[in-house]
Amino acid sequence: MTVRKNQAALTADEKRRFINALLELKRSGRYDTFVTTHNAFIMSDTDNGDRVGHRSPSFLPWHRRFLIEFEQALQSVDATVALPYWDWTADRTSRSSLWAPDFLGGTGRARDGQVLDGAFARSGNRWTITVRVDGRDYLRRDLGAGGRQLPTRAEVDSVLAMETYDTAPWNSSSDGFRNHLEGWRGVNLHNRVHVWVGGQMGTGVSPNDPVFWMHHAFIDKLWADWQARHPRSPYLPAAGTANVVDLRDTMRPWNDVTPADMLDHTPHYTFDTAA
Amino acid sequence: MSNITRRRALGVAAGAAGAAAGIALAGSAVADAPRPAVPAAGPTSFDEVYQGRRIKGGPAHGGHHGGHHGGGYSVTIDGEELHVMQNADGTWISVINHYEPVATPKALARAAVRELQGAPLVPLTLS
Repeated sequence: MTVRKNQAALTADEKRRFINALLELKRSGRYDTFVTTHNAFIMSDTDNGDRVGHRSPSFLPWHRRFLIEFEQALQSVDATVALPYWDWTADRTSRSSLWAPDFLGGTGRARDGQVLDGAFARSGNRWTITVRVDGRDYLRRDLGAGGRQLPTRAEVDSVLAMETYDTAPWNSSSDGFRNHLEGWRGVNLHNRVHVWVGGQMGTGVSPNDPVFWMHHAFIDKLWADWQARHPRSPYLPAAGTANVVDLRDTMRPWNDVTPADMLDHTPHYTFDTAA
Repeated sequence: MSNITRRRALGVAAGAAGAAAGIALAGSAVADAPRPAVPAAGPTSFDEVYQGRRIKGGPAHGGHHGGHHGGGYSVTIDGEELHVMQNADGTWISVINHYEPVATPKALARAAVRELQGAPLVPLTLS
């Protein structure tokens, strides 16, 4: 059974196995297919048109399914690997062990943002950025640029307290839990973390940085935490909504999975803490 | 707001295929649309050299390849198209700064130039 752990609690061996599985997916070309898929949805999900992966109620079930698929790919390389999550309310500085050379490596250098240490540094020749929106083929970061701050636990709790899953018009202007978690409105959780990391994480090809998966694994955990706090609050909308994935509509690109299928994460994995 | 923008807005809104984009554009470009969250006038065109690079923005013209969600508005950096998108509240994001909305397409183009640090944009593709 897959248990997703806080990245801060991983052993040296667990970190090494996770890194090696990432590098093998990258080497075989499978990794970049995930980057391509994400960017295609980023560019096509619009507030007034069809929207599936982002700025819509299905942001959470879509990413849950996307992460399950990615985690299964990792496990096809090493069956012991599970996706760790990054609780950025707790590990909130560039000095966190997350950014050490034995894990994800640190921030980029000032001149060009290039990450110079860790397994994903360009110099190691194992992490060339091939699915990209500009000419640079090396991983970049600018952790906490301009004095930006990651969200606090109190800010997270203020969003978890919201009872309604999502509201019309079901996009980036919505009130409710989903859009506040996604960050287009209010204290801004998910979006702000992408911006805090900087580099490719701030772009449409954000899965080029392996921290993408650990960020989204925590967003996913916050959805589970919210469900535990609001057991009577359903996924919305229920049915008949133009351009939006209702509870029992299938989601692209899989076309065989609905938000209803994704509401319970426990058939797929559990967390190291009670959700 | 230019007449071209208004014509384009109404034209796109009338076509079934472009209806979604048209709604977005109509909300921002039609001056008498009662949408308080969106600026009454559409974004103005611009053409300037910013940090050594030519940035241009204005109503999109035909011939591009379906990647637009800027409501018919196009931004280029040194002639290469920057994928931009307008949010429901009237703010803008691009594929370079995807998670941090800014107020205008010009601010978006400038933010992209700063982020690019001299690197060229890769030609736009969808999937």
